[in-house]
Amino acid sequence: MKIISKLWIFIGVLIALSPLGLLLPEYSKAGSAWGEWGADEMRELIGYIPKGLEKLSSLWSAPIPDYAFKGWGDKSLVSLSLAYISSAIIGILVCAGVVFILGKFISKK
Amino acid sequence: MHIPDGYLGPGTCGLFYLIMLPIWTAASRIVKKTLNARQVPLLGIGAAFSFVIMMFNVPIPGGTTGHAVGGVLVAILLGPWAACIAITVALVIQALLFGDGGITAIGANCFNMAFVFPFAGYYIYRAVSYKAPIKSKRRVIASGIAGYLALNIAAAVTGFMFGIQPLLYKTANGQALYCPYGLNVALPVMLGEHLLIFGWVEAIVTALAIKYLQKHSPELLIEGRRS
Repeated sequence: MKIISKLWIFIGVLIALSPLGLLLPEYSKAGSAWGEWGADEMRELIGYIPKGLEKLSSLWSAPIPDYAFKGWGDKSLVSLSLAYISSAIIGILVCAGVVFILGKFISKK
Repeated sequence: MHIPDGYLGPGTCGLFYLIMLPIWTAASRIVKKTLNARQVPLLGIGAAFSFVIMMFNVPIPGGTTGHAVGGVLVAILLGPWAACIAITVALVIQALLFGDGGITAIGANCFNMAFVFPFAGYYIYRAVSYKAPIKSKRRVIASGIAGYLALNIAAAVTGFMFGIQPLLYKTANGQALYCPYGLNVALPVMLGEHLLIFGWVEAIVTALAIKYLQKHSPELLIEGRRS
């Protein structure tokens, strides 16, 4: 089998395992990454929300925020894992698609 | 390491967009000369790999999380300029579709993870693996060292960006406007967590991938193949 196909299979395995990136932090009670807190978490940390942060943090409303579907905040870990896998598939398809289109312009024939 | 919107002030955000513009331009120009059309699928896999590996949040129990970026591997296989493009694509999609990393911070995040990181990793790998045979153990070790050090260098630069914000932006009564933590906190925390945990994840992922490729597709590791 060509190495490219093998590597895509490997990416598929990573997609299937990706919920580990959601579940391990959940079970080990780890919070957000450092410096990636939401405005409310920031208030808990330092007692106030920096004004500029408050304004900018709601600037962009992503269609699939934090790799979960909108309004799924309270869903079970199983649903969230499925959303995580779906996000990985969508993200990877878009990544590969963009690179293939870019590649038409920025590679030598 | 994905700086969200609101942690960097407008000046810092603007500056790193300005810095990244010529880097992106140079990357497309150089890749156009060096990347074969038949290497594009590998670049696509590189972007996909970087995207998905960043979803593997590794916890520090009771503390924070972090992740590998995967970009040193792409830099070793396709060169740092191509890696810059692949990681940029992954980061822009993460910001736009998934809100992972801010829109205003795309310049800064790309500077850290799509520029500093793959370039540092690439040159460290080249130095440590200098003249080592393609299938040698030294290449595996070199790739691990490159992944570890490069992620820590990128983390330090990210910590520096966070840390200078309270110096740059303050209200009249001394409250922070953006990231409230100064260099004395941001730098040691960012560096410390990557030195202790996340750097090792990057090292292991990179080294295992190189070991696999040595066995199954060593031609991908031949230097100069990309040029």
